[in-house]
Amino acid sequence: MRTVAEFRIEYLRQLSPQGRPLDELPAFAADNEELLKMFAAMLRARTFDAKAINLQRTGKLGTYAPCLGQEAAHVGVGAAMRPEDCLAIVYREIGTLFWRGVSMTEVLLYWGGDERGNNFAVPRHDFPWCVPIATQTLHAAGAAMAFKIRKEPRCAVAYIGDGGTSEGTFYEAMNLAGARQLPIVFVIVNNKWAISVPIEQQTACETLAQKGIAAGIPGVQVDGNDVIAVRDCMARALEKARTGGGPTVVEALSYRLSDHTTADDASRYRDEAEVAEAWKTEPMIRLRKLLESRGVLDAAREQAMKAQFTREVDAAVQEYLNTPRQSSDAMFEHLYANPPPYLEEQKELARRYAGTGRPSH
Amino acid sequence: MPKVTMVEAIAMAQAWELANDPSVVVLGEDVGKSGGVFRATSGLFERFGADRVQDTPLAENMIAGMCVGMAAQGMRPVAEIQFMGFLYPAIDQIVNHMSRLRHRTRGRLSCPVVIRTPHGGGIHAPEHHSESVESMIAHVPGIRVVCPSSPARAYGLLLASIRDPDPVLFLEPTRIYRLAKQEVADDGVAAPLDVCYILREGEDVTLVTWGAIATDVLQAAEQLAAQGISAEVIDLATVSPIDSETILDSVAKTGRLVIVHEAARNCGVGAEIAAIVAEHGLYDLLAPIQRVTGFDTVVPLYRLENDYIPSVARIVDAAKATLAG
Repeated sequence: MRTVAEFRIEYLRQLSPQGRPLDELPAFAADNEELLKMFAAMLRARTFDAKAINLQRTGKLGTYAPCLGQEAAHVGVGAAMRPEDCLAIVYREIGTLFWRGVSMTEVLLYWGGDERGNNFAVPRHDFPWCVPIATQTLHAAGAAMAFKIRKEPRCAVAYIGDGGTSEGTFYEAMNLAGARQLPIVFVIVNNKWAISVPIEQQTACETLAQKGIAAGIPGVQVDGNDVIAVRDCMARALEKARTGGGPTVVEALSYRLSDHTTADDASRYRDEAEVAEAWKTEPMIRLRKLLESRGVLDAAREQAMKAQFTREVDAAVQEYLNTPRQSSDAMFEHLYANPPPYLEEQKELARRYAGTGRPSH
Repeated sequence: MPKVTMVEAIAMAQAWELANDPSVVVLGEDVGKSGGVFRATSGLFERFGADRVQDTPLAENMIAGMCVGMAAQGMRPVAEIQFMGFLYPAIDQIVNHMSRLRHRTRGRLSCPVVIRTPHGGGIHAPEHHSESVESMIAHVPGIRVVCPSSPARAYGLLLASIRDPDPVLFLEPTRIYRLAKQEVADDGVAAPLDVCYILREGEDVTLVTWGAIATDVLQAAEQLAAQGISAEVIDLATVSPIDSETILDSVAKTGRLVIVHEAARNCGVGAEIAAIVAEHGLYDLLAPIQRVTGFDTVVPLYRLENDYIPSVARIVDAAKATLAG
């Protein structure tokens, strides 16, 4: 008997959970302004997140999927991408969306039950929110195929969660990307919980990164709470993809510090002690400590940033709350480029009965 | 007798079958320790353990496909698909295998599977969570589609569905999961499949409906009664196959038919009902058939969902239209 294939998964981490550099940091990390920008992006996402939960609790927003604890993964990915790259999100990645220019008001509109929230002013080419699990990975592979055919130096990035990697669609997307050497990076944000199902019950794999191996794609695991490591790892994977080197699977290890969504109550199935432990390695701590040790951040400056983001979020909330509901016509708009005539009749019918329905719960 | 909500009745029926039939296994995403995102499997994991009440990996086609395998080998899986919008990945297994394994093997293997899934909108849910696409599966031969409209009916029809020798798609109208409590005897007595249930007797117009909107149709019947119009309300209950007889008998009596469903109109189940009456009851009709349905659009996000779901006013007006002139 002889071994015909072997695989190895590397684990990358640049900063200890307490902010101590473990190795020589990548070049961008020498730029304090750049690191401050990333810290600010994480703080901005977290500030928005808390407000969105609060809005849901007070009946001003629909079900919302928080990002608490995963800000470094989301900001690290966003910071490594180019504006012309194409992003396929799931439903939690506001850190990346904000970095790419999606507005807070758009995010609020989406979770507030208004389709206009999917119509990003910037970037126009990114895919909208994607609730059906894992389906977005094929869209990203298709986007990467388009870039390859047209010989454009652009990449696609597909997010997926740990639970999503159990879906057949994910394997199909990886297989396509491997077989055609597409310019794509799959980012698995492994936050350890798929609603109530912990990762150990989801798969027997030691890592999710190795799921790429069977598709002929190298996989790498990164500390998803280390924004420097995530950005560095993503930048290299994107550079490889952009220069014809093919796809990569990046597994970012993080933790879902919140409930799955505002409709969930994780205390029913998850040990509070585990959550308390996870708070010790949450992503803000280490970057804050690094920046403090470099003398570019202190409590006062962070407070000032926080206050600025709170004002920004409040303004977005006001804009969202002041946005009038669409008329019933909106249901019929954008359904077809060339709508069939009977829809016109239905639009009239909808107008006649608009407002006669029962109030939502 | 306990007073329970529909979602509690659904958990009760599953508990009864788990306790009384060792071949029954409940499975799906988050149905175990969490008790289901709507709590429809609440308490089952604690009572029956992880073999009988299984949290599955997150993959809907896998759920449907494993049900085919389990059922063909003598189990009775009762699977939950978390929202109807997540049924779509499972359609390959449902249509290509589950519904036709008996037929393909000339009766050698069969698929006594129940797939439970929430149905319809009106609960402020996110995108893809408010679908009502029963006609997609109703169109498929070899599988039943069942949709209760009250806690007692949910209990009885779910028992019958689990005991049925063939696959059943069991639709659970989320809008009325917790709308009202009803006395439901936990006695293991099933309600028959393949028959309609007359919810209210009447003489002037027949209103055929199913699921959550049946509660709105009953309200409409009440308003019509106040205006001197006697409406008969029929709950289809088994959406496929349709009990034509009850509907035709009613139309023979009233001469007027209004079909009310939340799903879109185009190729909806209402079209099939209208065709049945056109084929077999045309000469009983005193007025054209009316359909009151969701619009032929994507189900909107929640800010507009109440403009999508037919209102009581629309139902009343349609019934009156059959009586005009």
